[in-house]
Amino acid sequence: MQLSVTGIVRRFGTVAALGGVDLDVAEGEFLTILGPSGSGKTTLLKAIAGFEIPDEGAVTLGGLDVTLAPPRSREVGMVFQNYALFPHMSVAQNIAFPLEMRRRPRAEVRQRVEAALRLVELEGMAARLPRQLSGGQQQRVALARAVVFDPKLLLLDEPFGALDRKLRESLQLEVRRLQRRLGLTTLFITHDQEEALIMSDRIAVMDKGRIQQIGRPGDLYARPASRFVADFLGESNLLEGRAGQGVAQLPGFGAVPLPGAAAQPDGPVTLLLRPEALRVEAAAAPLPCRATGTVLETVFLGQSAKLRLRVEGGAEMLARLPLRPSDPPPPAEGVVVTLGFAPEDLHVVPQG
Amino acid sequence: MPRHRPRSNRPRSNRPSPGKILLGAFAGLVFFFLLLPLLVVFPISLSSAAYLQFPPPGFSWQWYQRYLDDPGWIEATWRSLQVAALCTALAMGLGVPLAFFLARSRLPGVRLLDRLTAAPIIVPTIILSIALYGVFARLQLVGEWYGLAIAHTVLALPFVVILVGAGLRGFDETQEQAAAGLGAAWPWIVWRVTLPQLRPSLVSAAFLSFVSSFDELVLAMFLSGAAMTLPKKMFDNILMEIDPTIAAVSVLQILLVAVALGLTSLFGRGALTTTITR
Repeated sequence: MQLSVTGIVRRFGTVAALGGVDLDVAEGEFLTILGPSGSGKTTLLKAIAGFEIPDEGAVTLGGLDVTLAPPRSREVGMVFQNYALFPHMSVAQNIAFPLEMRRRPRAEVRQRVEAALRLVELEGMAARLPRQLSGGQQQRVALARAVVFDPKLLLLDEPFGALDRKLRESLQLEVRRLQRRLGLTTLFITHDQEEALIMSDRIAVMDKGRIQQIGRPGDLYARPASRFVADFLGESNLLEGRAGQGVAQLPGFGAVPLPGAAAQPDGPVTLLLRPEALRVEAAAAPLPCRATGTVLETVFLGQSAKLRLRVEGGAEMLARLPLRPSDPPPPAEGVVVTLGFAPEDLHVVPQG
Repeated sequence: MPRHRPRSNRPRSNRPSPGKILLGAFAGLVFFFLLLPLLVVFPISLSSAAYLQFPPPGFSWQWYQRYLDDPGWIEATWRSLQVAALCTALAMGLGVPLAFFLARSRLPGVRLLDRLTAAPIIVPTIILSIALYGVFARLQLVGEWYGLAIAHTVLALPFVVILVGAGLRGFDETQEQAAAGLGAAWPWIVWRVTLPQLRPSLVSAAFLSFVSSFDELVLAMFLSGAAMTLPKKMFDNILMEIDPTIAAVSVLQILLVAVALGLTSLFGRGALTTTITR
């Protein structure tokens, strides 16, 4: 169901963990709260789940004000960071717990537990204890337990943190499919920007107890509203230059035409260029903005290579080169190369 | 196909190091020291002699027979069991909620209170006995079995609070949050989620309460009056006549405690390890 958070403030002593957060999650939407540790994202989650009462502001769920409601009456399913499965109960008992607390008839409980087990593909595991399961299986049990009672809202608190990379990737997609299938309004908390980009309909980037920017993953990546968002989401080259008359003077590159030049006041400007937009050698030759640079470091990543370069007369930059198996090896350390980018790949990062 | 044995794969020595042997020997000695009383008491209880003599000159069941035939002994045993049972119930009923409060409360000064729960163990039992005698005499609790049970509760409470408190501090509180989020009211959370996982602590606490009361002499001497408990009866028996009946009673007492200990490990295991692994 639709979730609204308005003007939430939560202070611990003199520190404001949440400094006035507004957030709307549409019905069936998958929204990610992305932020570094200490950004207030966990406090926000707790306020929504009911484990923390905000000092100011309101939480509305499906049109109902639940700001002061105890957790048990909120109908919110939650997957904890450590899953918080009950170790003394079997998988089936764990999943049945929320239904039993709602005094559902026994036949209905059995049937819904079975359906939930099928949903997360753990049919044969009903009688196991949580500690007899792998991390990924435990995660699915926690998910089944959180959705079995048809919650109004699903909260996921960094649920993939403890899993290895391969498993994490497959579970991310699985959770996403499941969420779509059930049409569950979902709030996902993570500090992992890659995870946020993979899973979300929209991302809200949090820092210092406030939402810095909210939008679709592609928009946030291409057009971050601040240095923090540009830096936190993906890898970035942040170039400092001087704007004037529709162009920016960038050390090493010279005069570069600015996107949306008309609106740009003269003066210092910060430009974002994603590493994949910076090309080298042959690929750079046809591009209008060029410079010369020295390779400082080359990291081979399989499908691509990452280069750290120093622009002649300018700053350090990152470039990411796509690599096909038939391509020659990327330039090695110490090699002097031509760099280039297209001006339309630049994004002006708002000051402040 | 010929099988090659890799050259580097020399058989490695699995012999224990001298340190391990030394530790093993040391542990063995300590065990012997612990079991020595048993090794003396058990044979004497089966002695054919009419006085305490070791090694016993011959075998007989007579001292067990004498215990079973004496209504005084049986009555004292029965009373001790009653006292210990009530003491356990009281200590658990009072101690478990107190342990919850001490482990969970964020109030200032709670940590100090927590340290103070050990006070009854630190105060010499004699002093406690005299003090309680004064109070109990006025309340007419001296000579009543439940009076003694109340007094024993004072001694047993620290065990309960310390053990259950330790269990609670090792308990992952997000479990309770999860249960609340899944729709459970707090009595249900405690009953279905918290207490089952504290089972090992609870069972150990109950066992220690029971045994501490069943074995207690000093308070019993002051407060039991004519209604003697087993340790009091044994003490009086030694004062008046020393015969191996006392050894037979000891062996029975040891067996009872051993059975309780067995039950404790049977019902107390499992849950703790699962708590730790998560």
